[in-house]
Amino acid sequence: MAMTEESTTTARGAAFPRTAPGALEAVGISAWFSGTLVLTDVSLSVAPASVTALIGPSGCGKSTFLRILNRMHESIPGAQMAGEVYLDGKEIYASGYRITHARKQIGMVFQKPNPFPAMSIAENVTAGFALTSTKLSRSAREEVVETSLRQAHLWDEVKERLTRPGGALSGGQQQRLCIARALAVKPRVLLMDEPCSALDPTSTRRVEETIAELSPQLTIVIVTHNMQQAARVSHNTAFFLAEQGTPGGIVEQGPTRQIFNDPSDPRTADYVGGRFG
Amino acid sequence: MTTLDVPTRQGTATPDRPPPSPAAPSSAAPRPPARPRRTRSLTGEDVLALVGSIAASFSLVVIGYGHILDFSGILGFLVCWYVTFIALYVVVLAISLPRAIVVERVVTAMLYMAAAIVLFALGTTIVYTIGQGWRALDHLNFFTKDMSAVAPSAPLSQGGIYHAIVGTVVEVGIAVAVSVPLGLGTAVFMTEVGGRGSQLVRTVVEAMTALPEILAGLFVYAVLIVEFGMAKSGIAVAIAMAVTMTPIVARAGEVALRVVPGGLRDACGALGASHWKTVWKVVLPTAGPGLVTAVILAIARGIGETAVVLICANASNFLTYEPIGKPMNSLPLFIYTMYITHEPNAIVRAFGAASVLLFMVLALFVVARLLVRERKVR
Amino acid sequence: MTITAHPEVVPRQLTTTHAASDRIFHGAARTVGLFVLCMTGAIGVFLGYQSIPTLRHYGLHFFTQTQWQPELDHIGIAAVLVGTVEVALVALVVGFPFAFMVALFVSDYAPKRAKSWLVSAIDLMAAVPSIIYGLWGFYLLMPRATEVARWLSEYLSFIPIFKVNTDAHAAVWQQSRYTSSVFIAGLTVSMMTIPLACAVMRGVFDQAPAGEREAAMALGGTRWGGARMVVFPFAKGGIIGGTMLALGRALGETAAVLIIVSPDFTIKDRILEAGAQTTSALIAGNFGDATRSQLSALLTAGFVLFLITIIVNSAAAVVIRRSRSGALTEI
Repeated sequence: MAMTEESTTTARGAAFPRTAPGALEAVGISAWFSGTLVLTDVSLSVAPASVTALIGPSGCGKSTFLRILNRMHESIPGAQMAGEVYLDGKEIYASGYRITHARKQIGMVFQKPNPFPAMSIAENVTAGFALTSTKLSRSAREEVVETSLRQAHLWDEVKERLTRPGGALSGGQQQRLCIARALAVKPRVLLMDEPCSALDPTSTRRVEETIAELSPQLTIVIVTHNMQQAARVSHNTAFFLAEQGTPGGIVEQGPTRQIFNDPSDPRTADYVGGRFG
Repeated sequence: MTTLDVPTRQGTATPDRPPPSPAAPSSAAPRPPARPRRTRSLTGEDVLALVGSIAASFSLVVIGYGHILDFSGILGFLVCWYVTFIALYVVVLAISLPRAIVVERVVTAMLYMAAAIVLFALGTTIVYTIGQGWRALDHLNFFTKDMSAVAPSAPLSQGGIYHAIVGTVVEVGIAVAVSVPLGLGTAVFMTEVGGRGSQLVRTVVEAMTALPEILAGLFVYAVLIVEFGMAKSGIAVAIAMAVTMTPIVARAGEVALRVVPGGLRDACGALGASHWKTVWKVVLPTAGPGLVTAVILAIARGIGETAVVLICANASNFLTYEPIGKPMNSLPLFIYTMYITHEPNAIVRAFGAASVLLFMVLALFVVARLLVRERKVR
Repeated sequence: MTITAHPEVVPRQLTTTHAASDRIFHGAARTVGLFVLCMTGAIGVFLGYQSIPTLRHYGLHFFTQTQWQPELDHIGIAAVLVGTVEVALVALVVGFPFAFMVALFVSDYAPKRAKSWLVSAIDLMAAVPSIIYGLWGFYLLMPRATEVARWLSEYLSFIPIFKVNTDAHAAVWQQSRYTSSVFIAGLTVSMMTIPLACAVMRGVFDQAPAGEREAAMALGGTRWGGARMVVFPFAKGGIIGGTMLALGRALGETAAVLIIVSPDFTIKDRILEAGAQTTSALIAGNFGDATRSQLSALLTAGFVLFLITIIVNSAAAVVIRRSRSGALTEI
């Protein structure tokens, strides 16, 4: 992995604080939209501190599955799910498990960057704390802002203008700001829904560098359309497919090298070989 | 790099699951079809906190009301109960939940109660009006006779509001016949023809929607009735109504037309259609339900215009179908003149007429809703 | 190969020849627009023009005189304007929290299946004729609201507007001193301002950007947290605009006020006390017996009211247009 230009320690000399990366397991996940079954019986184990890529043609349920992992799926009217999701052994859909607690530990970065335009860059980074009414002292706040922006490879570009509005950045910078915002609350798992599809190649490269650096301390699941990106960043890959008129599911999953170089299923071979999709 | 480690689940006795095989999932033994699960579930604790707070605050207020603080009347009781409930609920929740969740729950409770209060107020309005007018509505003559030779205090078996109903229908009918073409025409002018004048028209129309209806009535009174000697009649009322309704139809119509996608107009142009044909055959039909809704809302507004009839009409007891020259009664005017007498039977009549007015507005609303639904289905 | 500009190339002047039917169509539309413009403009001009004979007859005392005694020809709109503003403000102060809370409820908190019914219920509330609210206010609300007024005057009388000129602690309290007041009229008018403001606010809340809402949720925020962080900053324009529209409506409300208040031509600084008057109620009550110049005076009073409502509505429109939610608001 190439060395990045930005320093990996903050001004105060603290190294990136370590949180234990989480282990995620999905068992028998099915999903409905307004009565229509769109995902059937998907099971996936995600090891801690690994990067897992979900690939497949559009419309086969990858994003839906991702949203089930952090309980965002149920906020859509008419959406239903079945199955279980375990974070470090605790089932996050159990009736006693608070939904906001699950989402705090499982962060998400979206396809379209969505910084809060009414807030400055620094306020955007700490938005997760403001949302959960967590008080931060002034020094803790500055520390969080710098750490998160460094992790997202954005610090050097914005350190002079932390009080400027969060919307006044380029697309790639906005997305890295959203990554910093998601990282600031120190989640155990980070879900990324095609984070680079709206970005130029340089920003894409930066985001991939961020993923590589974060990987030892954070479990990452990334949905991507870009097979080369999946091959570049992930340790394991799951291939989703929805054949005509049927609900989607996982066709094959395993180590990335194996999926791309020696897939077992002919459909996987066709997809990674570019013969459809 | 680790491959697929399977983490053990804490606290369960199930054995470790083997790593998933690379084969397709359909090769495993067929599972029964999955059923959706409920994700939004309230725990017993949540329900208990809510119900307990409601019950406890109720009891507290029942005991303390009237003794500790010198209150009286049911409104005061409800206000005290509300305040006590919120206080108790906050305390109960704060025992075990983090601050953000306590805020969320309390806000949810307050929002539900605000909606309940507003809906309750609307409900009491409707129920009270119909309830008070029921004794009059019960008589068939109420709908078929007018009040000629019947005093306001006369028993309810005499007289009726037929003349007022006719008056309202005639007046609103004329007003609609005038204001809808003018309003829609202005809307078409503003959106389709445009040009330099349209911004001026838009500004003036917007300003005129602010015109209180009493001023429209006063204008007609001062100009047509006093200056030109027109009699206080149905037509005077209709003109004043049209003055108020036209800007409303124009503005709502403009909104409905603006929403029609520009792509449709482009497609017509590309097919070689003239502007007129485009508007007549494509734009207006597409905006159709929106335009009709705008007209219906303007009608509902016109039906209830009391200030205008107070000024431009004479409350006659006699039935007439002629809007010109003869005094014409209408429902709002009838209600007001009955109310003024403060006679018990007259008041019942007033509520009866108010109920009829309510039914008319409700009927218009149902029609408007059906139209919207039809559009969504299409 | 470089691209060079040719200075001698100029754009062509294009002329469009419309079909005959289009020329008629455009002409007809223009005529209608012009007619409506003239008609509405004439009303405004006419009302304004009335101020000339009024000022000539009554002078500037017209704006400072509180009494309205047509027999003595002592008339002025000072008390009436103050009363109009007071009733509207009470309606706003009571109505705004409810409109806001119900709008947020319908937009974010209500069960999804109930939402369209709730929206229709709010629209229905706005369509109910004001005379019906007047009857409701007089017969149903007033007896009960006087109790609240009594409590307010008893315990909060250190706030001057809540004082009432009677003994609130007496064993048998004079209910009649609390009826027909600005307070009760304001409560009744709030039944009309609430649905209007609520509809505008809800429309704007619904259009808050979904992407930002999702981001707030994904960070572990509650619904209220997301509303504070995303919806309210976005909807500021709609909130203010909707409130001002409701204010405009409250200022011009006639029927309900007419039924509830008993006319009192003093500048009332005590809103719980019986007696009040607003501009529209004044006009409705006095136009019949007015002499020529008194009619002009009523028209001038109406014109002043019209100016106030135009200013309020135009300010609302500007605020809405300038804000983020502005382009999407359909008012």
